[in-house]
Amino acid sequence: MSWSGLFSQLLEIAVALLLAPLLTGWVNQCRAWLQNKSAPSLMLQYRMLRKLFHKESVVAEHASPLFRAAPYIVFGCMALASGIIPTLSTDLPLSPAADAIALVGLFAFARVFISLAAMDIGTAFGTMGARREMLIGFLAEPALLMVLFSASLITQSTSLTGIVETLAHGKFTIYPSMAFAGVAFTLVSLAENARVPVDNPSTHLELTMIHEALILEYSGRHLALIEWAGSLKMFAYSCIGLALFFPWGMAEVDAPGATILALPVLVFKLAIGGALLALIETVSAKMRIFRVPEFLATAFMLAVIGMLVHFLPGA
Amino acid sequence: MMMQAYLIQSINLFASALLLLSFAMLSQRRILTLIHLFTLQGAALVAATVVVAYVTDQHHLYYSAAITLVTKVFVIPLLLHRLIDRLNIKWDVETLINIPTTMLIGILLVVFAFNLALPIVKLSSSIAHSTLGIALACVLLSFMMMITRAKAVPQVIGFLSMENGLFFAATAATYGMPMVVEFGIAFDVLVGVFILGVFMFQIREQFDSLDIRHLEKLKDD
Amino acid sequence: MSTDLIHLDWILLLIAAWLGIGAFGILALRRFRFVAHVLFPLGGLVCLGVFFVALQAIFAAPETAVLPLGLPGLPFHLRLDALAAFFIAVISGASAGVSIFAAGYFRKGEGTPPGLLCLQYHIFLASMVLVVLADDAYAFMVMWETMALSSFFLVTSNHRIAAIRSAGYLYLLVAHVGAIGILLCFGVLQANTGDYTFANMRGQHLSPFWASAAFLLALFGFGAKAGIVPLHIWLPEAHPAAPSPVSALMSGVMLKTAIYGLLRVSFDLLQVQLWWWGVVLLALGLVTALFGVVFSAVQTDMKRLLAYSSIENIGLLCVGMGLGVLFRAYHMDALAALALTACLYHVASHAFFKSLLFLGTGSVLHATGERNLGRLGGLMRYMPWVAWVTLVGVLASSGLPPFGGFISEWLLLQSFLFTPGLPDPFLNMLIPIVAAVVALVAALAGFAMVKFFGVIFLGQPREDKLAQAHDAAWWERAGMLWLVAGCVVLGLFPVHIIEYIGRVTQILIGQNLADTVRTHGWFLLAPMSVARASYAPLVFLVVGAASFYLAVIMVRLLYRGQSRRAPPWDCGYPAGNARMQDTAEGFGQPIRRMFEPFFRMEIKHPSPFDEKPSYRISLDDHFWHWIYLPIARATEAVSKQVGRLQQGRIAVYLLYSFVTLIAMLVLVRL
Repeated sequence: MSWSGLFSQLLEIAVALLLAPLLTGWVNQCRAWLQNKSAPSLMLQYRMLRKLFHKESVVAEHASPLFRAAPYIVFGCMALASGIIPTLSTDLPLSPAADAIALVGLFAFARVFISLAAMDIGTAFGTMGARREMLIGFLAEPALLMVLFSASLITQSTSLTGIVETLAHGKFTIYPSMAFAGVAFTLVSLAENARVPVDNPSTHLELTMIHEALILEYSGRHLALIEWAGSLKMFAYSCIGLALFFPWGMAEVDAPGATILALPVLVFKLAIGGALLALIETVSAKMRIFRVPEFLATAFMLAVIGMLVHFLPGA
Repeated sequence: MMMQAYLIQSINLFASALLLLSFAMLSQRRILTLIHLFTLQGAALVAATVVVAYVTDQHHLYYSAAITLVTKVFVIPLLLHRLIDRLNIKWDVETLINIPTTMLIGILLVVFAFNLALPIVKLSSSIAHSTLGIALACVLLSFMMMITRAKAVPQVIGFLSMENGLFFAATAATYGMPMVVEFGIAFDVLVGVFILGVFMFQIREQFDSLDIRHLEKLKDD
Repeated sequence: MSTDLIHLDWILLLIAAWLGIGAFGILALRRFRFVAHVLFPLGGLVCLGVFFVALQAIFAAPETAVLPLGLPGLPFHLRLDALAAFFIAVISGASAGVSIFAAGYFRKGEGTPPGLLCLQYHIFLASMVLVVLADDAYAFMVMWETMALSSFFLVTSNHRIAAIRSAGYLYLLVAHVGAIGILLCFGVLQANTGDYTFANMRGQHLSPFWASAAFLLALFGFGAKAGIVPLHIWLPEAHPAAPSPVSALMSGVMLKTAIYGLLRVSFDLLQVQLWWWGVVLLALGLVTALFGVVFSAVQTDMKRLLAYSSIENIGLLCVGMGLGVLFRAYHMDALAALALTACLYHVASHAFFKSLLFLGTGSVLHATGERNLGRLGGLMRYMPWVAWVTLVGVLASSGLPPFGGFISEWLLLQSFLFTPGLPDPFLNMLIPIVAAVVALVAALAGFAMVKFFGVIFLGQPREDKLAQAHDAAWWERAGMLWLVAGCVVLGLFPVHIIEYIGRVTQILIGQNLADTVRTHGWFLLAPMSVARASYAPLVFLVVGAASFYLAVIMVRLLYRGQSRRAPPWDCGYPAGNARMQDTAEGFGQPIRRMFEPFFRMEIKHPSPFDEKPSYRISLDDHFWHWIYLPIARATEAVSKQVGRLQQGRIAVYLLYSFVTLIAMLVLVRL
């Protein structure tokens, strides 16, 4: 492990922790613009986190320790995930420790805990949220895995840094299978981050909630951690997308100084990605919960076809 | 040489887009979106044909690309839009088999088509020969879309998309068909759409619905 | 010679100790305390002994012995090689926890007297180990049947309940039909030499036709024991019927003997492997896994849920094995070793986590007397110990890092990714689909497990009496802790475990994954090369824990917001009660809806004007109606015809005998 590797690793986690709420704020702002509303401040997410951290936490009477531990676990998982995904540099000491499959496992781990925590209180809405979250999860998770596998088949590696290095620094090639993977990934990340066609992040109607129903009972610092973790998750997903489909501009192993230079590139790419997300959210309508499996099944199948196209005879 | 390689890769990319759109059509319930997807598929086909034409220097392919552009991207979608406006149908919620199952069968069809194309691919020397499997898959998928839809308009779109697949297969394997044949087919397709449109009005007048399952009633008469 | 046999001798000695413990049980038939607090812990201790000897034996050269038991001229041949030693280690390792748990589990006055139970239990353990040790068909079949019979008696220990009797009967029936398959398989393998030792079978070079026949018979026979669809129907009946430690043994351990048999026949006894066997195994495995997990997600009985989850895991094991056969048939031995390593790894981790989960249900069952998920809930408050321990099993079973289940799934998925390169393009294209289904199954397992844990332990208690539930006692805790340790070790030290498994794949296909794995250091698992794929569970865990604590410390240091307890908010809805939580049916509803064709469903909805509305749903297995009921009906019809012979008059019966005698004499004359 080199010092520059350690530096870029720590920098990456720090950047993720700090930038994630900004990305959420940016998406909200873009969405407001597109919908002809007056936009909230870009800093609103930070202010909300600050407010929540200072507030009193109200915990349900019979909540078990699992309920109180879950926000920390989810936050820890997301922070770790943002350390695994290469965003600024491919010289990451953590990268051999966890590959693409472990990353999906990490997301699944967080999902299981947040769902269990929602069931812990034993309210109707909480259990409903948990059920729906697991429903989305069991389709989105294999779809994400298949998307990552499409890239792995091309690069012959499941290591995320390996994938990025091959895609970004190897000879430029157009991969038809990545077209399928791209569409599938877009669908999956919409579902996983509770965005519009699947879930509405700003809903206040209990029966249509998924993610919000899960965290109904949280307040104060617990809620702050979960909100932050939610932002981190969106950040992590965006970075997976950038790493798989637009990996250019990331620092290589031998270029320590480039890590700093990669930062503005990353911010630029994220800004475009966030604006696109806001656009998708604006032009699509939320679907019924029982259309969601169909939506995700489509994503799953597309990812599988992507892998099939990779084996296209003669290609 | 570098440019050449990218162009060939982009043929593969357009071919994949074709397949992707076929799948999207298979999983789409709304007629309006279906027409949009069909238009896009036509556009992808035109782009693929133009690239093949440029790389191989086959001028007649430019003409067939132009024909496709006019018929598949402009005229037929326009006709279809007018058709659904007149018939006042914007969506189609009914499929005979549910969509995930349809897609599952679709995947199996893709595997089948890829394997079917394999021996032909080995014979063909065309630069786009590797996409023959995709073309075949598109044909089969469109066929399947015709089978699984209950309403008449999606069936017509399925039929047209099948023609797209066939056209692409011809381009991929042998750099297109003779010009006369292509003109003939383009004309046929146009006339076919007209006839089917008229036919649909007839069905609607007769049964007050576009559900082709009503045609079963005609059997006993 | 005798000095070479040290491991085998030790194991035989320990098996004798088990039988001795069982005999003591008979002597102390109703002395409950003695049986529970002395004999079962002793049995557990012996398990530990076997476990450590077997671990040593994996690295030793194969040892053989001939026991002068059985029929004259047909002695028992035993052989302890790495494959056998590995399975013995798994069997005894998981059983150790179960035995210790059992010390605190069995209660007075439940069916079979404790002493008898003790005898059956230890015979069951001994027969499982001996099945694995057997080196000739005769010994194998004797032990196989002993295993089936002793477990049958254990299943029906509460034989006064009719449902349990019929479950036991079904189990026995399927076990015997399967045994016929195995017997025929051995018949084919000995290739008309009349010599039924495995050594002879290894020497026979069968034609592809007969080899395939042997493989298919073995698949049928062992598949019936393992619960491969459509031979799975006994599993969800028998496993819940048994007392929990026995369910744990059957699900976690006994199923593995079938996997062992299949491995032994297809990789050791048969000298050739055909590629389509792999495809058959893959297809059956996928169907089994998907079927098992979908059914497990909709169950309302906690033990049935786990039983179906076992079917799922058996399916995954078959997928791994099928991939191994496929690679082996195309002489890609390094990949075959990877697939088999995944399979064997899953054998070990499933043994530990499934036993753990069944023991958890045992504790819940004891504390509440309730198996129905609809009447449980909120037990984490009353049984925190059991709940946390079960949570480990749940996480391992969902295939989440950093536990054992994740590593086996990781290895399995890796072996799919390295597939491109199979000479047949058709197979190449099927592989992504198979990988996708495996990923889907793993994710669905997470769904089922969240339901299992959430409905039992979380939320509010659905019945008042649950408030009286008590946590597990010390024996039970100790047993479960051993299994938890197993899950954790399997999850954190894959490189060490693969050292052991590598010896097994070495004798099966002559490839040892450990050689490549070892080069990357003890904490980094990289089956091929680090550039291709690597996973370091310990680093992963440490960094994960660090970020968890970082969050805790950060919050503690920076913010001093108070924390207060209050009634749950529930969107301000005041009248919420425990009955409004999702039940097991409710939680499974999305799955029921999405996988509708899998079930034979009958739903009774109440009408809107019902004064006392009731809702009933029953989910059935198609295979019952497609295969088993027709067979049962046909059997009944045939026996009715045969029944006509029964007249009740002695003279008629004598006539039958007379006619038979005449017919025989005529035959002899001819």
